[in-house]
Amino acid sequence: MSTSVDRLVEASGSSGPGHFARRAARLLRGTVAIFAFLAAWEILPRLGLVDTTFLPPFSTALSAFVEMARSGELVEHLAASAGRAFSGLILAVAVGVPLGLVIGWYRSVAEILNPLLELFRNTAPLALLPVFVLMLGMGEVSKVAMVFYACLWPILLNTVAGAREVDPLLIRSARSMALSQTRLFTRVVVPASLPSIFTGIRIAGAYSILVLIAAEMVGAKAGLGYLVNYAQFTFEIPKMYAGIVTLSLLGLVLNEVLVLAERRLTAWKGDA
Amino acid sequence: MGAAISVRNVSKSYSLNQGGRFVALGNVSFEVRPGEFLVLVGPSGCGKTTLLDLIDGLSLADGGSILIDCVPVKGPGLDRGIVFQQYALFPWKTAKGNIEFGLEARGVPKAERAARAAHFLDLVDLADFGDRYPHQLSGGMKQRIAIARALSYDPEVLLMDEPFAALDAQTRERLQDETLRIWRQTGKTIVFITHSIDEAVYLGQRVLVMAAGPGRIVADIAIDIDRGADDLRATPEFVALRHRIWQLFHPEATAAARVVRDGVRQSTASEESRAS
Repeated sequence: MSTSVDRLVEASGSSGPGHFARRAARLLRGTVAIFAFLAAWEILPRLGLVDTTFLPPFSTALSAFVEMARSGELVEHLAASAGRAFSGLILAVAVGVPLGLVIGWYRSVAEILNPLLELFRNTAPLALLPVFVLMLGMGEVSKVAMVFYACLWPILLNTVAGAREVDPLLIRSARSMALSQTRLFTRVVVPASLPSIFTGIRIAGAYSILVLIAAEMVGAKAGLGYLVNYAQFTFEIPKMYAGIVTLSLLGLVLNEVLVLAERRLTAWKGDA
Repeated sequence: MGAAISVRNVSKSYSLNQGGRFVALGNVSFEVRPGEFLVLVGPSGCGKTTLLDLIDGLSLADGGSILIDCVPVKGPGLDRGIVFQQYALFPWKTAKGNIEFGLEARGVPKAERAARAAHFLDLVDLADFGDRYPHQLSGGMKQRIAIARALSYDPEVLLMDEPFAALDAQTRERLQDETLRIWRQTGKTIVFITHSIDEAVYLGQRVLVMAAGPGRIVADIAIDIDRGADDLRATPEFVALRHRIWQLFHPEATAAARVVRDGVRQSTASEESRAS
C-alpha cells in the first residue's frame, strides 16, 4: 500500500524537472534570436568583417552604457526623453479620447470633421517640426507639443472608430431600459469603445518616442535623441550605440506598460 | 402582475434606399390580456420584430396606437423588458453586473443591487455563474442571464424576440420549459416572437399567425391543450394545432405547388402541339 503511494509521489515529483525543462525551452525560444544578434554584433567587428570605428563590438557599447549609467549622464538624458514622451502622450490621451468619443457618437459631428481629420492624419508630424520650432521655440514646449500632435491622431481616430462601431444591439438593449442619452454614452458607448481606444494608445506610444527622438536631434540640450546625435558628431561611437540601445529599451518598456494596462482594463474580452 | 397590451390599427413603413417605401406593418390590431402568454409566429419579413420594437417603444408607429394598461407607448420604459435573439449582454460586465445594470436603470440603491441580482441569478438557475463574463458563458446561459436582466427591473410585460433561435435543440427545449416556469412564477404578460410553429404551440396560450407583404395578422388561435401530458409535442392535439398553423403559414407554398404543377402541364402541352 505504502509503496504504491511512494511511487505516486515519485511519479509526480519527476514531472518537476520535465516542467522546468519545458520552461527553459520556452525561455530559450524567446531569446535565442536576440542572443544571436548580439553575438553577431560582437563577433563581426572583432573578425574585422566590419569597421570597428563605425560599429564597435557590442561589449564596447555595453561598457560605454555602464560607464554613462554610473556617471549619471544616461539617467539625465533618459529622464529628459521619458518625461517629454510621457507628457505628450498623456496630453494626447486627455484630449484625444474625450474628443474622439464625442465625434464618434454624434454622427453629424463626425461627418463634418472627418475630412479634416483625415488631412491632418496624413500630414507627417515631422513635416510640421519646423513650424512647431518657429512658433514655440526650441525649448520643452515645442518638443512636448510635437509628441502631443503625433500621438493625438492615432488616439483620436481609433476612439472615433470605436465609438462609431458600438454594436447597435447593445445600444438598443440599453435604450430599452430607458437609459438617458448621457448615461447611454457613459455606461455603454465609453466601455464598448475601450478596446479600440487602447489600440490607438499603443500606436501612439510607439509614435511618441519616434517623433521625440527626431525632435531632439534637431534641437535640444538633453535627451536620448540629442545624445545619439551629439555622440555621432563628436565621434564617441560607443556612446552613440549606448544611446540607441537605451532608446530601444525605453520603447520596449513603454509598450509593455501599455499592453499591461490594456490587459487589465479589457480583461473582459478574454483571449477570443 | 402583468399588464394588458392593446395594439390598435398600427402601421409602420420604411423608406427604401432605392426609393419608394416598404410597408412593414399594415393596420395591425390585437389585444393581450394581463398575464397572458402570447406568441406571434410568422415567416421572416412579416414584421414580427418591427411590431415588438413598436411595443417596446424603440421605434414609433406611423399610424394607430399601442397602449400598455391604457397608457400610450411614447418610448422605451421600464414597464417593458425585452430579450433579444443575440442576447445583447454587455461584454464588459459579469453576469451579475449585467443584471445589476438593469437594477441600476430602475434606480435600485447600490446596496440592494447585489442581493436582488443574486435572486434573479437563482431564478434562472445560474447562481454559481454570477462572476463569469459573457464570453465565458454558453449561448443558453447567456440567454438566461439576458432574461434575468430583463426581469430584474420588474417590468409588467416581457417581450421576447426569437430568443432561442440561435440555440441548439436541446438547450432550446430546456429554455422553453424554463420560460414557462418563470412565466407561471412571476405572472408577467409575455409577448414572444418566433418563426418556429412548434415553439409557438408549445409556449403560447394564444398564437397570432402573421403573414408578410404587408405584415399583418391572419389568424388568432387559442392553444387549448393539456400541458401536463407526457411528451406534449407528440400528442394528437399538439400535432393537429401545429398542422393547422402550418397550413396558414404556407398558403403561398400550396399556391406555388399549384403554379408549378399547372406550369408543367402547360409547357408539356405546348411541346406536344409543336411536335405535332
